[in-house]
Formats: sequence, C-alpha cells, structure tokens
Amino acid sequence: MAEPCAIIGVGQTAYRTRRPDASMAGLLREAARRALDDAGLTWKDIDAVVIGKAPDLFEGVTMPEAYLADALGAAGKPIMRVHTAGSVGGSTAIVAAGLVQSGVHDRVLTVAWEKQSESNATWALTVNTPFTTSLVVGAGGYFAPHIRAYMRRSGAPDHIGTLVAVKDRENALKNQYAHLKIPGISREMVESTPMLWEPIRYLETCPSSDGACAMVLASSDAARSAPNPPAWVHGTAMRSEPIFFAGRDTVNPRGGIDCAADVYRQAGITDPRAELDCAEVYVPFSWYEPMWLENLGFCGEGEGWKLTESGATALDGDIPWNPSGGVLSSNPIGASGMIRFAEAALQVRGMAGEHQVDGARRALGHAYGGGAQFFAMWIVGSDRP
Amino acid sequence: MRSDVNHVLEFPGGYTRSVGPVIGRFLSELRDGRLVGVRTAGGRVLVPPAEYDPDTGEDVTDEFVPVGPAGTVTTWSWVADPRPTHPLDRPFAWALIRLDGADTALLHVLDVGDHAEPPRFLKTGMRVRAKFRDDRVGGIRDIECFRPEVTSITDPSRLEYRLQGGRALDRFLSGIAEGRIIGHRCDVCGQVIVPMKGLCPRDGVPTSEEVELPHTGTVTTFAVNNLPDPRAPEVPFVSAYVLLDGAGLTMLALVAGLPADQVRMGMRVRAAWRPREEWTKSMSNIKWFEPIDEPDVPFDEIKDYL
Repeated sequence: MAEPCAIIGVGQTAYRTRRPDASMAGLLREAARRALDDAGLTWKDIDAVVIGKAPDLFEGVTMPEAYLADALGAAGKPIMRVHTAGSVGGSTAIVAAGLVQSGVHDRVLTVAWEKQSESNATWALTVNTPFTTSLVVGAGGYFAPHIRAYMRRSGAPDHIGTLVAVKDRENALKNQYAHLKIPGISREMVESTPMLWEPIRYLETCPSSDGACAMVLASSDAARSAPNPPAWVHGTAMRSEPIFFAGRDTVNPRGGIDCAADVYRQAGITDPRAELDCAEVYVPFSWYEPMWLENLGFCGEGEGWKLTESGATALDGDIPWNPSGGVLSSNPIGASGMIRFAEAALQVRGMAGEHQVDGARRALGHAYGGGAQFFAMWIVGSDRP
Repeated sequence: MRSDVNHVLEFPGGYTRSVGPVIGRFLSELRDGRLVGVRTAGGRVLVPPAEYDPDTGEDVTDEFVPVGPAGTVTTWSWVADPRPTHPLDRPFAWALIRLDGADTALLHVLDVGDHAEPPRFLKTGMRVRAKFRDDRVGGIRDIECFRPEVTSITDPSRLEYRLQGGRALDRFLSGIAEGRIIGHRCDVCGQVIVPMKGLCPRDGVPTSEEVELPHTGTVTTFAVNNLPDPRAPEVPFVSAYVLLDGAGLTMLALVAGLPADQVRMGMRVRAAWRPREEWTKSMSNIKWFEPIDEPDVPFDEIKDYL
C-alpha cells in the first residue's frame, strides 16, 4: 500500500509566445520558486527533483537534468529527467509522486517546461533517416486524419470542434497565466479562420508557448506544516502503445482506455462524469474533447460530441473540462501535461482563482503524447485517501 | 558630399576648443574607457556633464559619478541613407540613451546590425551598451557606437551518424528498389504488416513469412494540408492513410491525381511509381497514390482500420 502523497505547492509562469527575457534555467526557477512559495518552503527543504520535457531536439539541450541540477537547487540531491513526448508533464508528476508514495522522500520538487520560441517542433518531430520519408506536416497534419475518422465514425456535426475552441478560450479569459486571450471569441470568429489541415481550422489548434509549471509533492508528515490546503493523490496511471500495429484504433486508443480504467479503479470511481467535479484533459486540437470524453469513459462511444454540444463540459456544466483554458489556450509542450495535473490540484485545493469550479473536491489530470500512444493520468482530491 | 562643389572652406588644422574642468574630466575619463556624470546641487546626475544645472543655472557640485556602461534608449531616429560624414556607412539610428545612474540622456549612434528598415527590436526602452574604440583620444567618438545588450546566443548543432536500417527494413527497401511491396504475415494474428519490422507489435512475436502485396489499396482517412511541405510544395496536398489490399494496417502516403476536395474515405487508389531509372532503395520510388476507376469501399469495411 502506497504512502499518501499531497500536492502542497503549485507554481506557473505566465505562458507567452516568447520569453526572451528569461534563460531556460530562469524560466524553470520562476515556476519552481512560485511552487516553493505556495508550499512555504525553500530550495534547501527539497529532497529530490524530477524534471520533464519533450524531445531534446526541440531546443537542442540534451540531458537537461545535468545542466539544470544547480539551477533547481539539486546540488547533492537526486535529480532525474522523464521523457514521454507530449504526455511528459503528466508522467513527470507521476514519477515524482512515486518518490513520495514509496516512502523514499518527503518533499519532491517537479518541474516541466518548454521554450517553443527557441525550438522548431515540426522539424524535430519529422527528422528523416535515409530509410524513411516522412511528410513534414507537423502534429496537426498527423492528427487531422484521425479527427476526420472520428467525425465519420460518430456522425458528429461539423461545428462541435468550433464549440470546444470557443469554450476553452472563454475559460482562458479567466486564467491569469493563459497564453491565448481572445476577448469576444465566438463561433463566427473560429469558423472564419483558415483550414490548416482540414478538418482542423487555425483557431481549433493550440498555440506555441514558452513557459514552465512546477509542483511540490509531499508526504503526510510534510503536508501537515503546509500553509495552504493540500490536494491528495487518489490514483496515478500510465500506459503506452506502439504507433503502428495491425488492429490499432487511433481514434479511441486502447492505451487511453486501459489507463483510465486503472486510475479510476485506484480512486474507487465507477462513473467518472458523476463522481469527478472537473477535468483538465490534454486537448491540443478542439476535436480531441469529444474523442477523449469517449476514451476516458465520460460517456459511451459515439456520444462524446453530444456531451460537448449540450454544454456539459462548460465551466457551468455538470462536468467542466479544462476550466483553465487547456492546451488550446497555452501550450509549452513539455509543460502542457503538468499544467493539466497542476490545474486539477488547484481546483481541489480551491485555489484556481477566477476559473475555480465551485466546490470541486475530485478532479482528473490527463496528458497524452506521441501519435496518441502515451498516456498519463492522475486523480486528485481534497480529502486524504 | 556633393561631387560638383567648386569651392571649399576648411579651417587649417581644425579649431581649438578649451573644454573646461567638467567636460574635461568627462573626456579624460572617456579616454580611459570610463563613463562619468556630474551631480547637480539638486542631486541629479548629468551625462554628458555641464558646468551648470540646466534647470536652475547654479554651478554643479564637484562630485563625478560613474555611470553606464549600459543604458536605456529614451527615443531614436532612423537614418536609412547615411551620408559620407555619418559615423556608419549602413543604416543606423541616432538615439538618446540614458546611461544607468544618469538622469539625462546622451545622444549617440546606435548600431543595430545590418538592417535596411528599423528592426522590430529597436524601440524606446531597449537596453544598449557603449562600444569603446581601442585607440581613444578624449573625444565623444571614443565611444564608437552603442549596441544592443546580448539577449541570446546562437548554438550550432550537428550530429553525424552511421545508421543501419536493420534486417527487416533493409529487406523491405530491397523490394521497393525492385518495384515490389513486401510485408510479413504474423503467425499469431495472421495480419500482414507492411512495412514489416520483423515482429508483430501486438502479439510480441518475431515474423518472417514474406507476403508480396498488390500496389492497390483504399484510402481510410486523410488530411487536406494547406501548409506546404518540402515533399509537397504545392498546397493543398492530401496526406492519407492507405490500406493496401491484403494488409493489416495502413501506411501514410500522398494522394494526388485529383482535386483535394474530391478525395474520399473509401476511395480506391494505386501506387504511382517514379520512372524505373530513378528508383533507389527508398520509399520515394512511390511518388504518391492515384485514384483508380473502382467503386468506393463501404465505410463498414474500413472502419476497423482507423
């Protein structure tokens, strides 16, 4: 039986197109210091550091944990780096939680980040070897066919993606850290933007952001002296699957279904829509909201778009998804998963500010990566498990 | 300078100017590579210094204060076509620069690099630093110019590899080099995996039974790309998942030979090969897939390959 793990500190930088004023170390320290402040701790109180970021080729910094150890107060302490593509922010938090749940450490600092302005993600994701030829179409070009397949399979009307694009950007207006803030965002505005990778329109995609997110995770003992209310980890799960195999369902991947089942079992959840108060789910293209609603079991297969259309996932709906504005509003890739996990924690701590879901006591944080093949999820709650 | 001048008036050797004790101190410090201002009775620091407070007319104090070498641009003016007497022969800005520690701004040259138009980073508030000449004489031109502060560096990166494709991929590409598409059948699930990897990722078993596949297949799903790609510079282009007849999984390929808005899920296609003399051991031997004159495959038959 695992030791309880609490989230006692959350720190975020504002997410921006560019942070030319900050070095990579400076950006991480900004988020980490805010998390330490929230936890009422200093660098020296931390036992171990776990960092996560997307592929090294993005910014060309290999083994960032070696370069960043001093910057994160890890001199003489364990530090490790996690990498699971776009889901990395989530898996990093899970690895950090594991260090507390195993009873090894009392206070673990975890940080994830991306400086997309100094990176070229499309180039880094599509480097050719002499043996393959890839279509340099970026993440949008990769996911567009799967979105088309979802639309066809579910019979969803065309405007569902637009609804999500509007809803998440409306939420972002309430989040002080969000990158995209588009006052007056409307369906007409989204529909007037060009198709980049049909069926994906410009405003149905996530931005490229610079930013970092950090958390301080603590044992029960360490959480006792925290100045602010903690969130408690009720379950963590990771799954992955190969990108190509016969019988793979790319619209509703098995890895995501299994990962959700595992995390619900740990948290004792049988009906996620009824038993969770909100969810921060990795939705980089608007259509992934209905797709993940089904994959995560919030409804039956083919029903996700109906939930979105009914307004159930809006901030005032029965199961708000991405009250923070989500990945559609801020996307420092390596950090995007951790932001989901951290925002879920902020919700159940009652510290989400203007985008707080009233009375939220249990929340899901979710991340996915690669070709929708790596999954990381946690459920956090106000009550100690 | 005009080329058609017909008269020149030049004072022999240049005029002598006594600079006085305050500007003299400023220029002497400048010759030593230091920047100083003078403090007024009211406490302000003047750079460049004067013997008097320009606001009150009172004498300044005899306190000289180190300032700079960095400062902030308070305003600027772009010189698009430098004249021969200008300090730089490429476009630059005249800028008022308030050195750190000073209360007034100094007019000087701001060199922002080689730009025909004012670059976006040139703006009031930008941080700049003095570049001193090596050989200084005690004049304002001992500062060659101001330059932006360093905010980023360029970090070249190059890795060299000697790659091998591995046995399965090598065999697959050998087939492609002969105009054949080869896959492996998995002993457990019976599915044909193409390109083969020498294993079935689902069943976790090695595969070795070769199967040659036809060059025809069905588009399962696709994207219409409106952002150009080096392999498909013309937009829109269609990237599609093609299920070769008899294969157990799709492969990503270009679809061409019809307008992008006429590509359909279920559409039948055939590989379009480059001319044989251009073939190499590479997937680029197949240019793209083109439609063939067969009825579309019903959605039910492809829905499990999405």
